[in-house]
Amino acid sequence: MRSITKTFPGVVANDKIDFVVEKGEIHGLLGENGAGKTVLMNILYGLYKPDDGKIVVDGKEVDIDSPRAALDLGIGMVHQHFMVVPSLTVMENIVLGREPKKNGILLDTEKALRDVKDFCDRYRLEVDLKAPMLSLPVGVQQRVEILKALYRGANILILDEPTSVLTPQEVQELFKAVQALKQQGKTVVFISHKLREVLAICDRITVLRRGRVVETVEAAETSLSELARMMVGREIHFMFDKKQPENQRVVLKVENVEAVDDRGLPALKDIGFDVRSSEILGIAGVEGNGQTELVEALAGVRKVTAGRILLNDNDVTKASSGKRIQLGASTVPEDRHKRGLIMDFSVMENIILGSHDQPPFAKGLIRTNIKEVLSDAEKLMDSLHLGSRVRINIREVLSGAKMLVASLILGSRGKPTSAKGFVRLDIKQASDYARRLIEEFSIKTPDKDTPAQHLSGGTQQRVVLAREFSRNPKLIIASQPTRGLDIGATEYVRGKLVEMRNHGCAVLLISADLDEIWVLSDRIAVIYEGRIVAVKDPKKTNESELGLLMAGGKSD
Amino acid sequence: MANLTELKRKVSLKVGGLLRRLLRELKASVPKAVPQIIAILLAFVVGAITLLLTGYSPLEAYGAMLTGAFGDTFGIGQTFTQATPIIFTALAFLFAYKCGLFNIGAEGQFLIGAFTAALVGISFGGLPFFIHIPLALIAGALGGAAWGFIPAVLKAQRGAHEVITTMMLSYVALYLTSYMVNYPFKAPGMVAQTVLIFPSAELPRILQPTQLSASIFLAVLLAVLTQYTLCRTTIGYEVRAIGLNPSAAESGGISIKKGMIMALTISGAIAGLGGAGEVLGTHRRFIESFSPGYGWDGLAVALVGGLHPVGILLASVLFGALRSGGMTMTRVTHVPYDIGSILQALVILFVAAPMLIRYLLKRGGIKWWNS
Repeated sequence: MRSITKTFPGVVANDKIDFVVEKGEIHGLLGENGAGKTVLMNILYGLYKPDDGKIVVDGKEVDIDSPRAALDLGIGMVHQHFMVVPSLTVMENIVLGREPKKNGILLDTEKALRDVKDFCDRYRLEVDLKAPMLSLPVGVQQRVEILKALYRGANILILDEPTSVLTPQEVQELFKAVQALKQQGKTVVFISHKLREVLAICDRITVLRRGRVVETVEAAETSLSELARMMVGREIHFMFDKKQPENQRVVLKVENVEAVDDRGLPALKDIGFDVRSSEILGIAGVEGNGQTELVEALAGVRKVTAGRILLNDNDVTKASSGKRIQLGASTVPEDRHKRGLIMDFSVMENIILGSHDQPPFAKGLIRTNIKEVLSDAEKLMDSLHLGSRVRINIREVLSGAKMLVASLILGSRGKPTSAKGFVRLDIKQASDYARRLIEEFSIKTPDKDTPAQHLSGGTQQRVVLAREFSRNPKLIIASQPTRGLDIGATEYVRGKLVEMRNHGCAVLLISADLDEIWVLSDRIAVIYEGRIVAVKDPKKTNESELGLLMAGGKSD
Repeated sequence: MANLTELKRKVSLKVGGLLRRLLRELKASVPKAVPQIIAILLAFVVGAITLLLTGYSPLEAYGAMLTGAFGDTFGIGQTFTQATPIIFTALAFLFAYKCGLFNIGAEGQFLIGAFTAALVGISFGGLPFFIHIPLALIAGALGGAAWGFIPAVLKAQRGAHEVITTMMLSYVALYLTSYMVNYPFKAPGMVAQTVLIFPSAELPRILQPTQLSASIFLAVLLAVLTQYTLCRTTIGYEVRAIGLNPSAAESGGISIKKGMIMALTISGAIAGLGGAGEVLGTHRRFIESFSPGYGWDGLAVALVGGLHPVGILLASVLFGALRSGGMTMTRVTHVPYDIGSILQALVILFVAAPMLIRYLLKRGGIKWWNS
């Protein structure tokens, strides 16, 4: 691809990009979110038309105006979000659009099965062809997507952020498959923002930043920190300064907790651990081993069937999520779309979620400050030169009426600001607070009234962090806090977690990213099939031991 | 005196700010209203074709309708009289909808509210009007609230779908009130109705000789109050949060069950107030099945009004005009009254149906249909 330029209203997504991929290599396309990786590949795949520049495939200049044209040239793409029909079987999905026919109309199931089977064997991609798509784990669905592209005759395979949805094990599987493809002479373009992965699998790497090519390097001749610098444009810290903790006490105590998942099957079995102040307890584990349920049980949105949860010595086993927030628990949910943010709400509305029923945001419907009302009235009286008799009456009438209304509406006079129910939301206070947090957490938003859905993933996560960290929490439950974030945002989030820890907060970190656990944790617990199988000191263990424990093995 | 001018300045600043905000919001909402306006125009075009095909002159018919609805005091009064109850039921639908609940039982809540208000209206003679009227209104609101509370609790505790329960309760309300005015509370005479309410409970008529009553002020006030509650109170905030993303709301410490019960109960109360307004202002008694389907119209008007109180006010006037203008049209041009109904149906079809289908699809979890 030569001198490709593509602009969208307001942004230059690709600025004179030269991108050369040799036949039979695995080429990494590295860059932060919004660097222009996906746009460039969508141009190659015929989804976008470039404003300028040309594309040369096998020495011939070509014009790719549709995915079909791309496929005819042997270019296939596997998108971040799979394009499969969930109710069809694997085989049906693979042959879809190119079905072998019987009598010209009917699907020749036998032949299709045979064809696809041969195919899978050739590329050593194993998959149950008769299984319906929706029953498969994400990693297998992805394999089907790859097979689909190959079945359509792809020689150049574009994988767009293929690992973002995979577990570490699935990533290993994928890497094997990609290596196998290379041996078969296929060319692979591997789009990612994850340095380690790109470094591990690719032969050459092209780094993009803000729509331009920074450099193309041999993977063997570069390093993690060099790539990071090229990608972000500045030095990146992979380690954080941790203060020596003092006066530690137990903030969260979990005792023999059990819970079931959405299907009613046991998800947590006899879970017990505690998290102390000024400590990050990392929970390592392959996804789907009960982490989601654990976080939900701790946050108060999933019922606990046995055991106890103590938060600062308060038994909160049966307490609502709201009660737990009041007691100082903050949660960064794993899925910010589902549990973290209300996408149609503005940044401001999202920032006050959870504090919205507390002062200073919630106020009595009528001005709560009786004195202020009275002094206003008095001033008015004075200025009208009315006698003191009238003044006294006004005073009584006013306060009497106010008490009546307040008690009618709020149920409890005197403490209207802490009452739930029909209470005024002080938009001015909320706005000031939102503006302060936007500033403090560098939330890149046009203004506080922008709906959360218009923000980028990293910015959305900052909104969640701003909300959860600014509530003066005693405990932070951070679940997959950096998933889907680019390297700059990841560094920021991790730094914030350490900062909260250094300020005395107890942090429970749940992550499928072992690196993350490794870098941040003071202690590491391993979860496997709903049980905590080990708690380790990071200084006295190593990656292979943890990996073994995560896979259900025993350590010595 | 300085203090007074200070105070005056403060007040004028506040009012100015409010007006500016209102203007800004209106400006912002104009583009959003475009699909609605196009749909209404389309409905009239298709309606004109229908008229042509059936051998009537659309110009003549629409002309008669327009003069019927807005041409004289009587027409205007009639239009707004018809619009008033629909404002209530539409606001009721809106409030529950914001919480993600589909309250299609406004008709029942409306009827119960009307009946409980009538009960208070025909009792307690001798009360001063400033106590009797509020008392009757509160009774109406409570009656409607109770009729919203039942499906709300069924939904929150047992997961019973509110579309089914609110609709079923509508029929219960219809037959219950029917029974009440046929037997225990039947006034002497042929008609199944209560006796007239005491004059002290009557809402004043504001445009004699039409039946238009002060109930319309109540409706407008309620529209403002609804918007205020949704946007400027914690309960409104929670209701909207639940409606948009229950999981995130729950994680944010909001009780979904409580919020849903609250929303559907308030929704019922609004519809009930509408019923009370009809009894106290328009009919002055409860007449068996006096509602020509105001509850159902409310659903349509809420959607045509773009699920916004201001839109609801405007759409209610349109529907009121179609009803009152339709009657005049029939009288003057011999075009059947049903053309008015056809126009209503067309407006609903063009505006509401696509929204409704999208909403139900989203809720039904059959998202793949869209993608």
